[in-house]
Amino acid sequence: MKYINLKAGVVSALLGVAVAAFWGTGCKPSGSGGSGSGGGRATIIQNRGSDTMVNLAQAWAEAYSKAHPEVKVEVGGGGSGVGLAALIRGTVDIANSSRDIKPSEVEQMKKNTGKEPKEFTVGYDALAIFVHRNNPLDNITTEQLAQIYMEGGKITKWSQLGVTLPGGGDDIVRVSRQSSSGTYEFFREHVLKNKDFKLGSRDMNGSKEVVELVGNTPTAIGYSGMGYATDKVKMLKVDGVPPTVETTMNRTYPIARALHLYTLGEPTGAVKDYIEWILSEPGQTLVQKTGYVPIPKDKWHKKP
Amino acid sequence: MEASARATAQRRPTRPAWAIYGEKALEWVIRVAGVSAIIFVLAIFFFVFREAAPILVSKDFSLTEFLFSTEWYPTSAVNVRYGTLALTVGTFSVTILAMVIAVPFGLGGAIFVSEFCGPKTREALKIIIELLAAIPSVVWGFIGLTVMSKIIMKLTGAPVGVNMLNGAIILALMSVPIIVSIGEDALKAVPDSYREAGLALGATQWQLVYRVLIPAAKNGLLAAVLLGVGRAVGETMAVLMATGHAVHIPTSILDSVRTLTANIAAELGEAPAGSPHYRVLFLTGVLLFSITFVVNLAADLVVRGIRKKG
Repeated sequence: MKYINLKAGVVSALLGVAVAAFWGTGCKPSGSGGSGSGGGRATIIQNRGSDTMVNLAQAWAEAYSKAHPEVKVEVGGGGSGVGLAALIRGTVDIANSSRDIKPSEVEQMKKNTGKEPKEFTVGYDALAIFVHRNNPLDNITTEQLAQIYMEGGKITKWSQLGVTLPGGGDDIVRVSRQSSSGTYEFFREHVLKNKDFKLGSRDMNGSKEVVELVGNTPTAIGYSGMGYATDKVKMLKVDGVPPTVETTMNRTYPIARALHLYTLGEPTGAVKDYIEWILSEPGQTLVQKTGYVPIPKDKWHKKP
Repeated sequence: MEASARATAQRRPTRPAWAIYGEKALEWVIRVAGVSAIIFVLAIFFFVFREAAPILVSKDFSLTEFLFSTEWYPTSAVNVRYGTLALTVGTFSVTILAMVIAVPFGLGGAIFVSEFCGPKTREALKIIIELLAAIPSVVWGFIGLTVMSKIIMKLTGAPVGVNMLNGAIILALMSVPIIVSIGEDALKAVPDSYREAGLALGATQWQLVYRVLIPAAKNGLLAAVLLGVGRAVGETMAVLMATGHAVHIPTSILDSVRTLTANIAAELGEAPAGSPHYRVLFLTGVLLFSITFVVNLAADLVVRGIRKKG
């Protein structure tokens, strides 16, 4: 008897929520129309995508709003795939992506919006391989990485890499990313040569989570943007090359990648100004400050 | 009908016409409210199934693979595979472990609150337990990710703290309040004459509980446990953060797992609307819905069985 009452309670609660939601949407237009920030009409730029770039995008947004109070930039993460999907649906102005847009996505965009994507390369990132700071390993080859992460790969123990961990424990804990991540796809393309990942890796939802898990787990290995390095983890050399600004810019680091912004067609108005600002000195300084590699100086926009 | 209504109105002139029609309208509102649960459930199932249906007839898709393969590669560049067995096993293993932890605590708590403590303690406990139920799941997930994972690593020596045990503890903490409050209501519903009769026969408090009250309230207690199971099966955010999110069949409780719900939450955002990946995720939703439906149905049958015997 009792739980029938409870069901009725749940239903009435649901009804209440539905009514509230209805009222909420009813009120919205008058609310947002009347109140701009400070009385003026603030332009809002919607920006979503890569988790690798979310800190950088946030830093840009804050600095830009300080210099141009009439523009608000709303930044969201979720992964490069999420950002591009939102761009295809037309719900954002700028999509951040740590991988190149796929031909299938370009096609969908044309079908959905009738526009071609416009790509802006705004910086570079070395995809760093992280291990726990007590791990004696210094260098790893792309082949070894593939054997660790690839479906059917042979390496599952640290001893196979010639390493004895100080705390004991030999099984490699693979830390990876969820499949909407551009970092995940970049890794699959450039390290696994488009083969599939071994199942059973811990698929984290963000770059920071990867580094945190590796920092807490002596037997773990993971990959993430170099901007997320902390003092609890160590970045490995890949094929003998350490991930640094120089090796990323001259592309000797084997798994360096470009960071892009995408817009629907040629950007105009506030979005155009914002991207030009990112490509000029203040924007590029922030790229360096957040731990990534700016584009070469001769490609900077002169007008800030 | 109308004639009789008019007749009534004539006989009692104090009741104006608007009151009669108002009453009719109100009756309809209540009727709609009563039927709405059915409409909601059917509508939800319809909309979820409508999104999933096209994949069922697509020739690249095999239902056997979907149900019985452990290989989940929805975005593979070379060989896309949609096998959810590991996710289903993950869901069940976390839920079962959570219930192993939550049921003793929940029922014990219910018995304590309803039978063994004074009125002041009872009121205080009830309020605190209800507060426990009001903590949002994302906060629980946060606790699992940051606090519990470190404790688990320290105590068990597991290489990774976000695992099945972590998820189960978090889920158990989330289900306990439900089990306690519903279980307590069920025990309260046992007539006092049973208690008095038991005590009059010389039973101790404890004998009274397990010989009289638990058998008398077992329908309600079972319902309490099953609502707890429902909470655990459907929980998403907390398990997404606390279980480690690894697609494989766990071999120990310290293994990371991924659940059906967490998988949908993590992947639906990226899957372009209308793509096979998107449809398969909706089909996963249908699978989840079927699982909870079967659990509820089984519970109903069990409760009915108990009722007949009793």
